Amino acid sequence: MTSSKSFVKFDKVDKSYDGKVLVVKDLNLDINEGEFITMLGPSGSGKTTCLMMLAGFETPTNGEIYLDSKPISRIPPHKRGIGMVFQNYALFPHLTVYENLAFPLKVRKLSKDEIDKKVDKALSMVSLSGFEKRMPNQLSGGQQQRVAVARSLVFDPQLVLMDEPLGALDKNLRESMQYEIKHIHENIGVTVVYVTHDQSEALTMSSRIAVFNDGKVQQLSTPDKLYEEPVNSFVAEFIGENNTFAGEVTDISGGKCKVKLDTGGEIISNPISVKSKGEKTKVSLRPERAIIDPEEKMDNKYKGKIEEIIYHGDHARVRLNLLGNKEFILKVPNSSARLDIKRGNEINVGWNSQDARALDPKSI
Amino acid sequence: MSSETQKILTTDGIPLEVSLKKVERKNKLKAFLLVAPLLFFLLIVYISPIIGMLFNSVDDRMVTKALPKTFIAMEKWDGKELPSEEVFEAFYIDFQKLIEEEREGKLSTQLNYEKNGFKSIIKKLRRKSKSFEEGNYKEQIMAVHERWADVEYWRAIKRRAPSYSYSKYLKGVDMYQNEEGKFVQVEEDRRIYKKLWVRTLKIAFYVTLFCFLMAYPIAHLLATLPMKFSNLLMICVLLPFWTSLLVRTASWMILLQQQGVVNDFLVWIGLVADDERLVMMYNETGTYIAMTQILLPFMVLPLYSVMKTISPSLVRAGKSLGGTPFITFWKVYFPLTIPGIGAGSLLVFILAIGYYITPELVGGASGTLISNMIAYHMKSTLDWSFASAMGLMLLAGVLAIYWVYNKLVGIDNIKLG
Repeated sequence: MTSSKSFVKFDKVDKSYDGKVLVVKDLNLDINEGEFITMLGPSGSGKTTCLMMLAGFETPTNGEIYLDSKPISRIPPHKRGIGMVFQNYALFPHLTVYENLAFPLKVRKLSKDEIDKKVDKALSMVSLSGFEKRMPNQLSGGQQQRVAVARSLVFDPQLVLMDEPLGALDKNLRESMQYEIKHIHENIGVTVVYVTHDQSEALTMSSRIAVFNDGKVQQLSTPDKLYEEPVNSFVAEFIGENNTFAGEVTDISGGKCKVKLDTGGEIISNPISVKSKGEKTKVSLRPERAIIDPEEKMDNKYKGKIEEIIYHGDHARVRLNLLGNKEFILKVPNSSARLDIKRGNEINVGWNSQDARALDPKSI
Repeated sequence: MSSETQKILTTDGIPLEVSLKKVERKNKLKAFLLVAPLLFFLLIVYISPIIGMLFNSVDDRMVTKALPKTFIAMEKWDGKELPSEEVFEAFYIDFQKLIEEEREGKLSTQLNYEKNGFKSIIKKLRRKSKSFEEGNYKEQIMAVHERWADVEYWRAIKRRAPSYSYSKYLKGVDMYQNEEGKFVQVEEDRRIYKKLWVRTLKIAFYVTLFCFLMAYPIAHLLATLPMKFSNLLMICVLLPFWTSLLVRTASWMILLQQQGVVNDFLVWIGLVADDERLVMMYNETGTYIAMTQILLPFMVLPLYSVMKTISPSLVRAGKSLGGTPFITFWKVYFPLTIPGIGAGSLLVFILAIGYYITPELVGGASGTLISNMIAYHMKSTLDWSFASAMGLMLLAGVLAIYWVYNKLVGIDNIKLG
């Protein structure tokens, strides 16, 4: 029944809290050993529920979860041997850093020497040596976070779960912690299942990302593939910025399709979810794939009127009225070259049809 | 000039410092006026009775003023044998004056507190003294009743000589100061107060313990259940608060008496034979049951307020790190609830140690507490100074417990809500 390759396997898992609504629907997910998998999705999409089922704090209503090919639904959380980092760190406030880290080792009845050695190693891994005697409330948010990570790893679990661990940190600290966690993962090769609603976090850290919505995995693939080739309009709109055109397919041939827009005009795009003429679709185009003054070989070339310029420091976002879409965003690098980018001006914009992905018409 | 710091002026030329002080003074006055009514109220109803009680408990001027000449004459008496004729004469003169002013009854009451048996012999002396002849008062008084010839009674009178005395405090712990000024215990069979103090502490301790054992799971449930159930449960916990204490105690009487509901039920299910119905009232058991129930909310509320702040993820963290449910509870959850346990225990213990109505109604002889004794002296023997002394000892005891608690746990650790 189980595949020998996957380390963690969700097999047709359903979960309902009230017996009326399924928060997780028919979930199938395979996680390989040593992988860094991120469950990404808006709140209420079922990602945290999945993590809690894996940790053992929730039981699946239906289906089974396998860890190392063994079903674990009947195993209580303290016997699963899975490390976990919680959203608010969940450090024991009445124990010192040392005692916090020693807790999982003491319950495993390790000798004092071994405990000392392991705590030392774990603390140096998160560069917090010398903080043993501190109480958690004497540490900064970032330090508490690192202690929480060290504690989840100190007993050498094969699998570590992280539930939005960086949510409470400020932007700069969050970014440096992302690298730190990524490096720890690379160094010790532990399997990590990470839950977040921050897409940039997911893109930076993961080997694969599972995008959750509505209790289902919408797409499971590597970060670059997820960004470049979203399989449906939810993923396209959830990951990164997106220009969308709603319309109807008028012609489909040779790996290209013509889409007549609801706002008027027609564009050429790459048919991903559409199969035949007459289908409704939503075309998705990344802002950075559209350029000003397009080259001759580009098959989509239009004129747009500048509605607004939003300054972002290193680049500016230019909002255009293009083919009746007043929300068309263009990213323009901050340089002195383009002085004609002013509000009210008309500019030429173009893109390759393969970057304009015609997806399902469903909107979020 | 430049080395001098320049005074900053406000726009109308007044130094900033002065101007600021003026504003602050206004605010302080406003704050004081807001607090003043309560402060005044507390002074009148709380501080002044305590001071009055303190004064009352050591004040013994009534007796001193009643027998002025006697006490002067007694100064030379060593207290070993019967006093001299001089003392008897002085006593006779003082006593005649008391009879004139009809104050000898009060004296007899006071002396009777000191030593039983004074009441009747003073009455007798009053009758007989009308026909006393002048001179040789010692023999005449001794002839009235044999107790007047007992040196113990004269010693008792002498003990009441000082205007202020702490003898009531000694009496409160079954002790007195003998002729040589040593503190000695009263005879074995007359020691009642010490036993009562010990019983009060014991009952307060066990009531606190029972409250803790029952409140802990309830508080935990309250803190973890979803809102719609926990609200209902909270109402159940608070419901007794909305019912009169007297009514609650009376209902316990209905439940616990020998022909009461609990006994009827036990007989009905066959656990207890009809002629061996349990005695659960008018003894310690009744006091334990009723007081535990009545004081339970005082334990539940502080515990609940502390448990509410403990994040459920801490317990989950404990489990995910490999702690069994018991270890996680004992090492993680329990230590975090200690501030609540401390607050609840202190509250229940202090309330229990001075409890009155419930032990009075359901306690009987073996289940009454020190406050019942205080009330007895207030209402029945009218020995207010002794009642005051015991009240103050109770207050001192509570303060001592508070102090010990502060040393052990730290009062800052308390969380009441």
